Amino acid sequence: MHIQIDEIAKEFGTTTALHPVSLSIPSGALVALLGPSGSGKTTLLRILGGLEFPTSGRVLFNGQDATGMTVQDRRAGFVFQSYALFRHMTVFENIAYGLRARPRASRPPKAEIERRVLKLLDLIQLPQIATRYPTQLSGGQRQRVALARALAIEPRMLLLDEPFGALDAKVRKELRQGLRDIHDETGLTSVFVTHDQDEAMALADLVVVMSMGRIEQIGKPADIRARPATDFVRDFIAA
Amino acid sequence: MSDATHAFRRATEESPLARWALIAVAVGGLLLLVGAPLVAVFAEALSRGWAAAVESLASRDAQAAIRLTLLITAIAVPLNAVFGIAAAWFITKFDFRGKAFLITLIDLPFSVSPVVAGLCIVLLFGANSAIGGWLVASGYPIVFAVPGIVLATVFVTFPFVARELIPVMIEQGRAEEEAALTLGASGWRVFRTVTLPNIRWALLYGTLLCTARAMGEFGAVAVVSGKIRGQTATMPITIEMFYNEYLSVAAFSMAALLTGFALLTLLLKTALELRHADALSATRRH
Repeated sequence: MHIQIDEIAKEFGTTTALHPVSLSIPSGALVALLGPSGSGKTTLLRILGGLEFPTSGRVLFNGQDATGMTVQDRRAGFVFQSYALFRHMTVFENIAYGLRARPRASRPPKAEIERRVLKLLDLIQLPQIATRYPTQLSGGQRQRVALARALAIEPRMLLLDEPFGALDAKVRKELRQGLRDIHDETGLTSVFVTHDQDEAMALADLVVVMSMGRIEQIGKPADIRARPATDFVRDFIAA
Repeated sequence: MSDATHAFRRATEESPLARWALIAVAVGGLLLLVGAPLVAVFAEALSRGWAAAVESLASRDAQAAIRLTLLITAIAVPLNAVFGIAAAWFITKFDFRGKAFLITLIDLPFSVSPVVAGLCIVLLFGANSAIGGWLVASGYPIVFAVPGIVLATVFVTFPFVARELIPVMIEQGRAEEEAALTLGASGWRVFRTVTLPNIRWALLYGTLLCTARAMGEFGAVAVVSGKIRGQTATMPITIEMFYNEYLSVAAFSMAALLTGFALLTLLLKTALELRHADALSATRRH
């Protein structure tokens, strides 16, 4: 799905989180929103997911205005920073949640839900953990379960907030490839937020460098490295 | 220098002497301040044997008081559970001006004397007020009747549920609810399947405390009820009446029964915790 961000601005009371920003994300791309904390990258991601609403500007999905669309109607697979797994539910119940929450008419039968959950557990290469609780999983496993839960709703796009932020360096490298594989397999337009320029450069097709609520540069990793548009970008990617 | 058999004391561990002294103070205080009165109540109630105690509880006034207290509790506790969840939800899931003020307001019943609370209700809904006069004329008196006692009890026990829930809900944040929303769940479904299961133990604990307090409330109820024997006298009020009339067995039997109700709620909580120990340990955050 093609995502168009048209002059989106966001204010929280008197603080401005986003100055008007515009961005076009081609269908099927894997995009990184890269910037330090307070750069507005998470706010932009949450606006795409329908968890925040912009003060002004428009969001378009496949050319259709989706600015006021509810979070439920957007069908955005969202992976939260600390994963936000439902702690009182097993892994199976976590992944099945979105399918079970559908209105009766479009809810798959029980056997079909089970088949899909098991298939997703295979996809994230954790077929054995269906009956465990989130607290009984390692950080890397939790992240993959959160990804499977987001994919279960057959999302139109994938939005990830610092998906590797809470992991140690070794697991991080492994899961990077895991996300790339899943993206390539599903072909979903995916946007992830990160403050780690290595991660953004290694993983994304398109990198959006942000600072202080503004977009500093949009480009392919190699282009940004070769031709940083501003002093901020030069400093940030050199760090 | 350090041989293998030497046992090191952990940094946070006290010397044996200090440990025993602390344990002695805690246990001694508990026995003196909680255990002794508890034993005294039951001993006094049974001072003339089981038969006399049971007989005193079977009297018409005693029966009316027990029924009234259970009725008031059955109305006030569910009301406060709903109010408490609503208030905690509002405070923890939304950002707005005056949040600190609202939290203070919820605590107000803890700091205001129950007698003052009772007087306020009399002032607002008594026969001499505009609302009260109209209500009495239409046949729905509030003061000196059951609605007034319910109001007073709800006011006094209002903070218990909300106070238990607010810290738990703040600690848990909004992420799980947001996750459920992005997965397509409606607001009501999110509440039922995510919020409520996450707060169920705090809710249970708050509700039990609220129940114990609702059954025992004296000051506010004493003012609004008018202490009409057999009609508006709750268990604590009746205990005082019996006691003032030197009906010591009757007074202490009812006191023992009231204590029994409170102990029952605590037992219930412990039993539930034991039964769900697995789920508790698996889902509690480290």
